[in-house]
Amino acid sequence: MFDYNHALILAFMLFTLGTAGVLLRRSALVVFMSIELMLNAVNLVLVVFSRLRGDLDGQVICFFIMAVAAAEAAVGLAIIIAFFKRKKHVDLDRASLLRS
Amino acid sequence: MDLYPLILAFPLIGLLINAVLGRRLGVRGSGAVASVAVLLSFVGAIQAFIKVRHLVALGDGEARLVVRLWEWIHVGGFSADLSLLFDPLSVVMILVVTGVGFLIHVYSIGYMSHDRDYARFFVYLNLFMLAMLLLVLGDNYLVLFVGWEGVGLCSYLLIGFWYDRMFTTKMSNAAAGKKAFIVNRVGDFGFLLALFLIFTNFHSLNFDTVFAAAAHHPAATGVMTAIGLLLLLGATGKSAQLPLFVWLPDAMAGPTPVSALIHAATMVTAGVYMVARSHILYALTPDVLTVVAWVGGLTAIFAATIACTQNDIKKVLAYSTVSQLGYMFLGLGCAAFGGGVFHVVTHAFFKALLFLGAGSVIHAMSDEQDIRRMGGLRHKLPLTFATFLIATLAIAGLPGFSGFFSKDEILAAAFSRQPALWGLGVVTAGLTSFYMFRLMFLTFFGKSRVEPERAAKLKESPPVMTVPLLILALLSIVGGLIGLPPVLGRHLLGGFLAPVFEGLHHIEGFGHAEHLSASKEWLLMGISTVAALGGFLLAWTRVHKVGDKEGLFAKSRNGFYRLLEDKYRVDEVYDLLIVRPLSKLARFCWRVVDELVIDLAVNFSGLGVRLGGELMRLFQNGRIQSYAFFMVLGLVMLLIRVLVQQG
Amino acid sequence: METVLFYLFAALTLASGLMVITRRNPVASALYLVLCFFGLAGIYVLMDAYFLAAIQIAVYAGAIMVLFLFVIMLLRLEPTELPSFMNSWSKRLYVAVTLVLGGVFLGLDLMRTVNTGADSALTGEAGAIADRLFNRYLLPFEVTALLLLVAIVGAVVMARRESPKPTASMEEV
Repeated sequence: MFDYNHALILAFMLFTLGTAGVLLRRSALVVFMSIELMLNAVNLVLVVFSRLRGDLDGQVICFFIMAVAAAEAAVGLAIIIAFFKRKKHVDLDRASLLRS
Repeated sequence: MDLYPLILAFPLIGLLINAVLGRRLGVRGSGAVASVAVLLSFVGAIQAFIKVRHLVALGDGEARLVVRLWEWIHVGGFSADLSLLFDPLSVVMILVVTGVGFLIHVYSIGYMSHDRDYARFFVYLNLFMLAMLLLVLGDNYLVLFVGWEGVGLCSYLLIGFWYDRMFTTKMSNAAAGKKAFIVNRVGDFGFLLALFLIFTNFHSLNFDTVFAAAAHHPAATGVMTAIGLLLLLGATGKSAQLPLFVWLPDAMAGPTPVSALIHAATMVTAGVYMVARSHILYALTPDVLTVVAWVGGLTAIFAATIACTQNDIKKVLAYSTVSQLGYMFLGLGCAAFGGGVFHVVTHAFFKALLFLGAGSVIHAMSDEQDIRRMGGLRHKLPLTFATFLIATLAIAGLPGFSGFFSKDEILAAAFSRQPALWGLGVVTAGLTSFYMFRLMFLTFFGKSRVEPERAAKLKESPPVMTVPLLILALLSIVGGLIGLPPVLGRHLLGGFLAPVFEGLHHIEGFGHAEHLSASKEWLLMGISTVAALGGFLLAWTRVHKVGDKEGLFAKSRNGFYRLLEDKYRVDEVYDLLIVRPLSKLARFCWRVVDELVIDLAVNFSGLGVRLGGELMRLFQNGRIQSYAFFMVLGLVMLLIRVLVQQG
Repeated sequence: METVLFYLFAALTLASGLMVITRRNPVASALYLVLCFFGLAGIYVLMDAYFLAAIQIAVYAGAIMVLFLFVIMLLRLEPTELPSFMNSWSKRLYVAVTLVLGGVFLGLDLMRTVNTGADSALTGEAGAIADRLFNRYLLPFEVTALLLLVAIVGAVVMARRESPKPTASMEEV
């Protein structure tokens, strides 16, 4: 059996990669993918703890997370499409609408 | 219906009506509203007088009515009600204030008929009546102070009423008003300090409480002396005594009815009223009382000498007012509180009459005030002349007229206290007679020196102005009968006021004043009559006889005369000693303290805020990733915190 | 054997995750993301979470990522400039410090606290999970279904509008 610690460390590193992607990339699409990475890192942690505690609830929550991720992807991608239609790009650095 | 509890309401309503509708009512309507308001107050005052006199006649000692309007301030141990105190002293005062005030209001309708700002004028007049009534009727020092400041404000507003004109070549009317206000502030400052001392020592500002506490548990002598002197300082400011009299002559910049009402008959006597009201405090400190007497005596002769040389009809009367107020303080200082108030009353009659007569002359002369360009007016203005003559006889103190009796009472009190002060008073009486007859001769007698174009328009004033003159003339003649000396009859006013000054009998050294013997009384009366006649003869020989010759108004005479003409150069001395150093200090505060020190600090803090804002702006760049980054940063810090705590 | 497989999958996951955030071409990123999901699915299998592993492949890699690819291709995005690091050195420093610090602390903590001895030998088969879903978590399950419906409607509304005439509010923005 492998070391669950290492699985958690893997989850952490994956999460960090996702965070770095969110913070550093300018393309909205890649940022979106990085968010998926972070979600998956969280899923991994949940599965590990589910296994350790002998409780299926962790895996059920993973299921829900996937469902929410699907919904989020649908809406998020729709937003990106709408944004692209107006601006002809998806560059977050050039999008500073929040400052208005 | 009892009107006296509403006595404050009438002028208030009057001024509100005039403030809103005054311009639509026209000068007659506006003046009528103001006059009726004061008339109603006068009726209320009469009712209060009748009630109080009834109480005095019962003789149970507490001859007073208190109308409590509402609780005004209640903070911790301090409370002040807005309540009206009707006792003999305040009733006498409000009778004079509303009575003379009513006549002057009526007179103003005629006097201000050519002025476009009549509505503002009547608003101010009614506001003045309101403040003056508040001053006199307040049953504690705080309400008195409110009225005190209120009349000061009205005085300022009315002196500068014609704010766009010049008073003298050097001074604008507005500057005259400002001068009056600032000089009064000096006195008010002293008054306020006195109030603080009273409150800290007696824990109240209510007259009864303070006087009872002071009489039974007087504070340290030093404190009592300080209170007395500070109150006196306030009184010298308001009543134009040495050293703060300088504003009153310049207050003549206001319209003449204002000079009559505020700067002769009523407001300037507020100081006398206040000292009379505080008689207990003064009786407890005889030294301060002596100071009061000397301030009064010196002011009286000081101002009288100046009045002998002035050539502006209103200036002569102004210095005469200062001098007569000095008499009142002399009386107060000699413990003749009733005598002081008596002189307030008679002075209000004849001095208001003098000013209104002068106003009538000025009105007829198309705003000419210089008596060097008058003369021989008695044929053209017979009514004005007759009433002015009566007032002159009254102020000069010729037997039978009102001024004679009140002045005589003060002089008698001074004689029994301090003969030197009596001497001052008699000399002043002679001087008064001299400058008043000088004024009479130059204005009404002799050859006319009136400029032709003014002479053409010369005619007697309308009845709305002359009827008040006649009424005041009547009062000036018979007003003295309310206070006959013991040898001639009963002193009605003294008997009426007796309950107010009852408390004096319990204070050591203030028992029943020893009455002068009848022969001494006659002697004193004779001496003051001689002084008055002497002044008249001097004026006759030195002014009337030489009146038509060249050189009467020649500039050069001896140095003392020029010093008098320049009013002892008091203004110049004050300017040099006080005004200039102060404006230098103010300039220093402006240029150095304000512009360098304070502005620097303000600008510096402003810069700090701006830099802080610029710094914060960097975080608000609108980029979602930047926001996310700070979120993560916060998350990491939180994590670190948790881990450190665990480890 | 399992240990070896775990490290293999872990290496695959990490490597492809790194590729996701470093590729210039979004299509490449998406494909690496799929690969990353496969690695994770392998790890799930190693932990006997069979059902999750299945839907990881089917839903995530199959449905969501296909959606991504469709969108990318639909938009015909040119490869973005990669050094799209945030625009200043100071921010880069912040990010680096943050990540390193956070990593060090969290890593140290994980090493220390988790007890490795306790293995429950729990297996996440479809039946067991279905039992939980349709009994204890029935209401959340239905709510999730509703959420998906709403998301679909929202996505359609937002993406469909051709906006020949942009509304005033959009124009202002």
